[in-house]
Amino acid sequence: MIAHSIFFYTFSIIAVISAIMVTVSKNTVHSVFFLILDFISISCLFIMIGAEFLGMIMLIVYVGAVAVLFLFVVMMLNVAQQKNQWFASEASSKHIPVGLIISTIIFFELIIVIGGWKYKPDLFDINNTTNNFSVSNTHSLGQVLYTDYIHVFQLSGMILLVAMIGAIVLTFRKREGVKKQSYLKQISRERSEGVEVLEVETNKGVKIDD
Amino acid sequence: MEYINIVFLEVYKILFLLVPVLVSVAMIVWLDRRVWAFVQKRQGPNVVGPFGLLQSLADALKYIFKEIIIPSTSNKVIFILAPIVTMTLALISWAVIPFSATLVLADINVGILYLFAVSSLGVYGIIMGGWASNSKYPFLGAIRSAAQMVSYEVSIGVIIINVLLCVGSLNLNDIVEAQQNLWFIIPLFPMFVIFFISALAETNRPPFDLPEAEAELVAGYQTEYSGMMYAMFWLGEYANILLMCAMGAILFLGGWMSPIEVYPFTLVPGAIWLILKILLLFILFALVKAIVPRYRYDQLMRLGWKVFLPLSLTWVVLTSSYLFYFNLLPTN
Repeated sequence: MIAHSIFFYTFSIIAVISAIMVTVSKNTVHSVFFLILDFISISCLFIMIGAEFLGMIMLIVYVGAVAVLFLFVVMMLNVAQQKNQWFASEASSKHIPVGLIISTIIFFELIIVIGGWKYKPDLFDINNTTNNFSVSNTHSLGQVLYTDYIHVFQLSGMILLVAMIGAIVLTFRKREGVKKQSYLKQISRERSEGVEVLEVETNKGVKIDD
Repeated sequence: MEYINIVFLEVYKILFLLVPVLVSVAMIVWLDRRVWAFVQKRQGPNVVGPFGLLQSLADALKYIFKEIIIPSTSNKVIFILAPIVTMTLALISWAVIPFSATLVLADINVGILYLFAVSSLGVYGIIMGGWASNSKYPFLGAIRSAAQMVSYEVSIGVIIINVLLCVGSLNLNDIVEAQQNLWFIIPLFPMFVIFFISALAETNRPPFDLPEAEAELVAGYQTEYSGMMYAMFWLGEYANILLMCAMGAILFLGGWMSPIEVYPFTLVPGAIWLILKILLLFILFALVKAIVPRYRYDQLMRLGWKVFLPLSLTWVVLTSSYLFYFNLLPTN
């Protein structure tokens, strides 16, 4: 158990510190790297409580795909400079009350959730779910997800699909005058239509008409 | 005292795995160059040692004694971190590769997901290196390779789902043992082809080596790197290639199983079979490098998103309907 708690505290300290560093660090790209470190340590914590499937999916989805896109945007837009200016400027002080209100609401929500979980465990139907330890984590997750909660599962898939289509529609622009390669045309080109072999007379040359 | 013993045992096991992997990475670089040379009717590296076998060691020695130049405008911490990340990620994934039914460092429940996760993290080494160099060519190379690796990961993931449908477990040993009677390359042959091509793209090998396309980007994200740091990128890249070959061998070629379950073949230990299969796939990788010209970037993206993704998704539907209709779905 000692090794277990050592690992737990290591990962959780890394998670907390990197979460703080995300907001504190001046360079936005560093913020994203700290966010990635945070994701990784949290997935390690998931694995430690035996939720290995969730931990791995967290790594694959958040670290492997979402954070890469974050990095993309941050690197391309050069937000690093903007952030410095924003912190120094007057404009930031206007946003402080709004931010405070939102963070207070989130704080109280967290207190309600954690307090409710601690003092009234049956509130969340935890005892009703099947805790079958003979099958693996992934197996039991699949059994619940594809039987009892199939409609919710499909619905979340629909929401993601709609979001994807929405993003495509919002960013899709038809531009005029862009040279486009037609791959079918390129592949189906033959030697006979591209190359012509001519007999060239000495000192006469050949006239190429195009 | 007990803990210390356990730690020492684990360290011993890890070294027993990592040292052969590193040596074989060095050897595989030599093999790659030799195959490439033979296809082009050249000799390749054949001077240092017998058949030039020690060429990679000589190269490594050269890299160690070269000066490491860190550009003054670079972001130094991330610049140094990038090759370390690449190398580490390439090596930690070997922990779950089963060399036989018992010879595996960590026989975890979600082995294939672990492999997939680690290979999807590999993109960070490249992005970090490209961004931290603070120079145009590395940055362009990094952005290209990030887009490329994210795109091809999707199709690799769907292909893995195809295999998992036939196995019913995420454990790598279970995947190997499910191929006792029939290797998955036979029923899932189109998926094997797509996996192979996606693996080429995922490891930035020719014909998809656009991140380091020397004709346009000097050397891509590696432009500013020198000495040992460049060598670490290089080692990480080849370790990743070996890993992809190992993944292909486990998913489609029966892993450590012998091809025929007859007396003389079953005597050969499983590790040998796995290594032979990895070598076979690697020689294919090397041949592709020698005979195929480089893709254009838009063609690469089209192939990933418009050809491989729909094809592999359709195959998921086909496989699952076939298994469902003939009542072959694995139950455990």
